[in-house]
Amino acid sequence: MSTLIASDQRVSQAIGDFHGGIYPPENKDQSMRLPIGELPVPPVLVFPLNQHMGAPAMPIVAVGDTVLRGQKIAEAVGGFSAAIHASSSGTVTAIEDRTLPHASGMSGTCIEITTDGQHSAAAFTQCDDYRQHSAQALIQKIREAGITGLGGAGFPTAIKLQPQAQFAIDTLILNGTECEPYITADHSLMRYHAEEVIEGALLLSYILGEPKNIILGVEDNKPDAIAALRSVLEQRDDTDRVRIITFPTKYPSGGEKQLIQLITGKEVPSGTIPANLGIVMQNVATAVVAHRAITKGEPLTSRITTFVGNALNTQRNMYTLLGTPINFALEHLGFAEEDFSLDDGKENGNKLIMGGPMMGFALKSAEVPVVKSTNCVIAPSKQELPPQPDAQECIRCGMCAEVCPASLLPQQLYWYAKAEDHERAQSHNLFDCIECGACSFVCPSNIPLVQYYRASKGAIKQIEQEKVKSGHARQRFEFRKERMEKAEADKAAKREARKQAAAKAKKMQAEKKAALANNPTTEVIKATSDQTTETATAVDPVAAAMARVKAQQNDPVAQQAKLERAVNGAKDRVAKLTEKLHAEPSKKQTGKLEEHKDRTAAQLKQAELRLQDAEKALAEHAVKNPAAPSLSLGSSSVSNSSSTSSLPKETAEKSTLNDKNPKTETKSDAAGSAIERAKANAAAMATMSPKEKLQKSIASLEQRLAKAQTRLVDAEKENNENVDAFRTGAEKLEQKLAAAQEALQKELTQL
Amino acid sequence: MSFMNASSLPSSPHTHHMRDTRNVMQWVIMATIPGFIALSYFFGWGTFINLIIASVTALLSEAFVLKLRHRPIKHYLNDYSALVTAVLLGLALPPYAPWWLVVVGTVTSIILAKQLYGGLGLNPFNPAMIGYVVLLISFPVEMTRWINPVSLSADGQLPSLIESLSAVFYNSAAVDAYTGATPLDLFKNQSGLMVEQIVQQNTLFSQALFAGVGWEWINIAFLAGGLVLLQKKIFTWHAPVSMLVALFLMAALFYDGGSSTSGGSPLLHLLSGGTMLGAFFIITDPVSSAVSNKGRIIYGAGIGILIYIIRVWGNYPDAVAFAVLLMNFAAPFIDYYTVPRTYGHKKAERVDKRKD
Repeated sequence: MSTLIASDQRVSQAIGDFHGGIYPPENKDQSMRLPIGELPVPPVLVFPLNQHMGAPAMPIVAVGDTVLRGQKIAEAVGGFSAAIHASSSGTVTAIEDRTLPHASGMSGTCIEITTDGQHSAAAFTQCDDYRQHSAQALIQKIREAGITGLGGAGFPTAIKLQPQAQFAIDTLILNGTECEPYITADHSLMRYHAEEVIEGALLLSYILGEPKNIILGVEDNKPDAIAALRSVLEQRDDTDRVRIITFPTKYPSGGEKQLIQLITGKEVPSGTIPANLGIVMQNVATAVVAHRAITKGEPLTSRITTFVGNALNTQRNMYTLLGTPINFALEHLGFAEEDFSLDDGKENGNKLIMGGPMMGFALKSAEVPVVKSTNCVIAPSKQELPPQPDAQECIRCGMCAEVCPASLLPQQLYWYAKAEDHERAQSHNLFDCIECGACSFVCPSNIPLVQYYRASKGAIKQIEQEKVKSGHARQRFEFRKERMEKAEADKAAKREARKQAAAKAKKMQAEKKAALANNPTTEVIKATSDQTTETATAVDPVAAAMARVKAQQNDPVAQQAKLERAVNGAKDRVAKLTEKLHAEPSKKQTGKLEEHKDRTAAQLKQAELRLQDAEKALAEHAVKNPAAPSLSLGSSSVSNSSSTSSLPKETAEKSTLNDKNPKTETKSDAAGSAIERAKANAAAMATMSPKEKLQKSIASLEQRLAKAQTRLVDAEKENNENVDAFRTGAEKLEQKLAAAQEALQKELTQL
Repeated sequence: MSFMNASSLPSSPHTHHMRDTRNVMQWVIMATIPGFIALSYFFGWGTFINLIIASVTALLSEAFVLKLRHRPIKHYLNDYSALVTAVLLGLALPPYAPWWLVVVGTVTSIILAKQLYGGLGLNPFNPAMIGYVVLLISFPVEMTRWINPVSLSADGQLPSLIESLSAVFYNSAAVDAYTGATPLDLFKNQSGLMVEQIVQQNTLFSQALFAGVGWEWINIAFLAGGLVLLQKKIFTWHAPVSMLVALFLMAALFYDGGSSTSGGSPLLHLLSGGTMLGAFFIITDPVSSAVSNKGRIIYGAGIGILIYIIRVWGNYPDAVAFAVLLMNFAAPFIDYYTVPRTYGHKKAERVDKRKD
């Protein structure tokens, strides 16, 4: 064949070659006998939201909406996603999960459109001269048109047309190789739409900033396509940079990396993209739809699909609307066999293959639709593509390595995949495998090698994802640990500080006592200093309680909820007590009745007051929020007053209690009353005799000690974190009490 | 493997080359026919009887072990690999060897050298060569007793079928009258003489066209069969060509102008003993050889050099079996250093370079 293609400036032979490759039966004639046909509009169209790499598109229509041909029905989500457009007019009848045309046979969301047969189109914006527009605007238009690579992988075209700035693109390659057996979609496109292919090439070249070389790579088994392209090139005068490069038919010369090696003799470095070599490659069909999208404003709604296989009466290429269910298309072309049945393709049924026989996948259901990347559907007779016989042992014949286009050692990879030795599989460059299937094709032991590699790749990817995930978890755990440790350290530091403060205070007290012993007239000072020492010991539970209160207050929502709960609780109580009060007389307990009633009435009165307070607090909170935490001011006044107040402890108790049983008195009220009481105390003390003062102070200390002890016991029971603080507090009180008693003793003896 | 059952859908590719292991083995067996005919022409029924005994023993041994291992017997016997081993051993053993010699050799090959390692594909050594070497070391007398090629026999006759059978099964002296040295034997035992003198004094050489009477044609016949396999792409050219070139170069290097210290002419080495059988049917066994093409070149060259060294400076007249086994040992080592460079990689990466 290659000798039929004359070599000249327009058409030349490839300079490179790639390792390996195979020569499977081409089976391309059967679908090229007839020109491209056109499938009618099916009654129902189905559009999977994920027809491309990247995130699935997001539907922008709802069930019941009417849509027009070319109307966008799903929006791209993120850069690697692509929009989807209705391929005919009709009504959206379902947005639900359907079986996808995917190797895994998995399900995914699809938009179903019941067509109205009008096939009426939305208004398209035409563009006579795209050179008037910037490349960026054209790329945006291509993106809007939902164009993805029509060759197979479904990579969004717009992304490929915007290579990163560090890559200077000097070569645009249009891939017209179509090396897979059976498929002739691109072949027929180049043969019957050669002009558009060239136009598309020029458009992409313009977008890429007019690279030096524009190359159409075509296998030499398509002389008619090459001739058609050549005649277009010869008729035009703006195609000097465009060349056709042909090369001997060999699978998989259409692989991106293999084609680059054929045309340029260079290899794309592992793990990088062709732009690294200054190359951008697009499929010929992609170029054509991009050109249509720009000039006619038509989004991607149809493509050429090869319907082939001996189970069909008519085998040919068809213009197919995207979304057309495969079974509709196959019925239109007619089954050659009466007994055509589709099941898993292994036992009795025929299998249906989407794509070519080398890399395509068997369909789980014939109801799946034609999607953007569906270049071929094969409905083989049972004899045509028989299932692979059972695998035998690998005899290390090395034929797989002979044919591997990536120069891998497939049999070694097979051993490692089988042994799940992922590390060695990776060090044997498993991820450079393009899954072309050449190794499986030649394997004399019928080992499904590609299947092993896919499984191994999947397992490795999964492990890596888990590693990343567990890495995140570990990070989170470590952060938490660090935070806890820090909190613990802070607490310890505070405790230490308190201890020191207490020691200092004790020392001061001792000094004062000494001074007092010398000069009894300084009683007042002593009392004051006593209070100061008290403050030092009392401050810690107060601080802890306040910290908790503050933490709660810091969250206005929680605070509001708390206040509301308080109001509700108070209301409940009022209601209950009222009920009780009214119910009381019915109980004929004469003796205790009056007393009971009084008590209940008092309780009711108290509850009503509380309810009022709670409502007031809630109202205040509502007014203050969403400004700064409503009660922080109040609590800071408490902390201020605590340094002067003789009874900060009460406040602390109250706020501690607040934790369990949300009381509604606000801290500012409590602090206020505490200050009042402290002042009253101080005033009273000033008028008392030293003995009285001491006695009173002892009484108060005893009272406080009792309280502190109960609190300590409670805290110990609950395993409260402040138990240490309580304990030191209680000890301090004991000491002080002892000191006070001693002082009183002295006073008494002096008297 | 569990994940292989994950999907009931057939996996790509959906089309396959119509050549399976069984087919490969059939081709190998068929390609030995020219060599077999040549052997039978020059040495009579002996080779045929060897083949029959070896084949039956091989199939029985294989079936026996498969049964012990609870493997589907038919599935594995159908790959013909046991038959190939039997045929190669049968062709390598001297005609008219006693039946028990063939049986011991075959059982050793199939059970010891192949099945005990896990069967086809898992044996590190070439099974036929293991069997051959075990016999050569254990029964040197029986293993070196060849008869003269027909054109050199006293009366121009070969043992009849009856004589052959009785020689094989009753160990009678029926074929004693026909015994004679092989060319390599002869050459080795007359090492004091110039090459020219040896040729003149021995009809085995003087009546020959290239090397030794009979043996030269047997080797040419195996070469022909090997070329068919090469043409059929049953194996690649790398190992056989490399081995023959290495042997040729060694012989040329140490020919020494045909002096009394000469190792013999390159043609003598290429067309004597098991050279061609080894080059195309033994060292091309993929299971026990190196994997990559580069590796196979090294592997083949190693065998060629070792054959020459053992033949000329060693104790055995022929050395294909020893050379092959020695290089079988080296195959994993060769593989380690001959990993091909993958597409898109700057250089080949060492196999076991672990990340950690």
